[in-house]
Amino acid sequence: MGMTMTQKILADHAGLSEVHAGDLIEARLDKVLGNDVTTPPAIKVFEGMGAKDVFDKDKVIMVPDHFTPNKDIKSAELSKCMRCFAKAHEITNYFELGQKGMGIEHVIIPDNGLILPGDAIIGADSHTCTYGALGAFSTGVGSTDLACAMASGSTWFKVPEAIKVVLKGKPGKYVTGKDIILHLIGMIGVDGALYKSLEFTGEGVHELSMDQRLTISNMAIECGGKNGIFPVDDITLDYISKSNPERFSKGDYKVYEADEDAVYESTIEIDLAAVPLTVALPHLPSNTKAASEVKDMKIDQVVIGSCTNGREEDIKIAAKLFEGKKVADGVRCIVIPGSQRVYRKALDEGWLSIFDDAGCVISTPTCGPCLGGHMGILAEGERCISTTNRNFVGRMGHVNSEVILSGVPVAVASAVMGRVATPDEI
Amino acid sequence: MSVKGRVFKYGNDVDTDVIIPARHLTSADPSHLASHCMEDIDSSFVNEVKAGDIMVAGENFGCGSSREHAPVAIKASGISLVIAGSFARIFYRNAINVGLPIMECPEAAAAINKGDEVEADFDTGVIKDLTTGESFTAKPFPEFIKKIIDAGGLVPYTKSKSEG
Repeated sequence: MGMTMTQKILADHAGLSEVHAGDLIEARLDKVLGNDVTTPPAIKVFEGMGAKDVFDKDKVIMVPDHFTPNKDIKSAELSKCMRCFAKAHEITNYFELGQKGMGIEHVIIPDNGLILPGDAIIGADSHTCTYGALGAFSTGVGSTDLACAMASGSTWFKVPEAIKVVLKGKPGKYVTGKDIILHLIGMIGVDGALYKSLEFTGEGVHELSMDQRLTISNMAIECGGKNGIFPVDDITLDYISKSNPERFSKGDYKVYEADEDAVYESTIEIDLAAVPLTVALPHLPSNTKAASEVKDMKIDQVVIGSCTNGREEDIKIAAKLFEGKKVADGVRCIVIPGSQRVYRKALDEGWLSIFDDAGCVISTPTCGPCLGGHMGILAEGERCISTTNRNFVGRMGHVNSEVILSGVPVAVASAVMGRVATPDEI
Repeated sequence: MSVKGRVFKYGNDVDTDVIIPARHLTSADPSHLASHCMEDIDSSFVNEVKAGDIMVAGENFGCGSSREHAPVAIKASGISLVIAGSFARIFYRNAINVGLPIMECPEAAAAINKGDEVEADFDTGVIKDLTTGESFTAKPFPEFIKKIIDAGGLVPYTKSKSEG
């Protein structure tokens, strides 16, 4: 019986020639990841279980990004706990604030060349599924799983069945990866891929840049997916040739393809040309509408950034659309480049000046407002349109505040118009 | 082993942000987390919950973030068992790992009412609604998961394996 792409990666990492959906396996991991919220509890478990050393100091990644630069004393203690552990265990891939290479975990990890096709990764952050865009298997876990994996370099998985998502055609003007994944989540619901892989395929894949694919894989979790994986093509190889020239030139990666007779739980076809500029209204990512249908919704705040939409292409699109425009009166627009590299690029290219002239707040890289941490918390009754990934009750602040999810072009247009808007209006 | 308690009932897609909002994640102390458990969806929960009480919810319980703080908060609040139609994947792992008992049973999740007295047996999977007299059977855990549960969570399980 044929295997899906995910099943083949898992089989190889478990040292098995074949796996089937539902099998429980022990898999070797190429990287394990934690952040300033999830790593401190993992360290407690790690030390509590009597572990002495991490399995490989080059394969454990620690990123302070959620409550950083620290918002209060307690969050500073969390960062300190992780920093001290990283130092004591000589963790190679610890990314201190302000360093080259620092930023939001799921923006910097692919960009810094830490993930290549065929790798298997777990991270104590639900959006670890982002790296599926590179043809890797990656999924989120909790702190206890992280602690055990930090010690052993392996973890258990239930081999998932897969939904095949066939992308056809070419997306319309201003339609981004965010619109495509919101559209899909709207189709199948927030538990539509529960326990399953999303395996993207079809000629439409080649219309999507790596940044667009990273956005799509990033939100696989928002429909319950275990992972969301893309096939490897020229765009992937070009990306990794730049992100990790050393491993690329040595051929130290593996391209997996689903077997022709792979078994899928279901198949979904999406005509990219028919995907509208899409928003998800409060309070679920599946509550989607075409942006053009909800233009009467006024907004108080706009957030552009996050592990979903804080990449170079996102910030570039935002700058191009903001050029010569102003943020509407009564609206705060917060722009958060996802990494120090993206920030520097925005500085060198003059994008930061455009944001400044438009009346935006420009922040250092942080998850910040996405999870209601800091740098843009909403008061009671306020509404934000945001390029982040969740719009649950109270996600960005007060329990009676609202978040509308969108891609970057709709967020910029909305900032200029002071209500949900589409880019053709500006 | 069996538990008995009064039911707190919630709907579908209860996410980890309402189970424990991120603004409280600056500390992972269980009693701190318990004092804010469910506050954005049910502000009276913290004051009303008693040790042994049972949480019942619909599909996709615990969706969203990977924060292990969520099952820790529920466990520390005194809840002895969560019954749901289904659980989000990461929450499912985390609950098993931290020793919060969970049972997957769509029929029970649909039929049991808020405030009912419910008894559940972890060994047989039988859930009895003592208020209505109805009885249900939860989906059995895979053998491997049962071993983790029987060991008392992933840490004792991993330890026993490396020692064994």
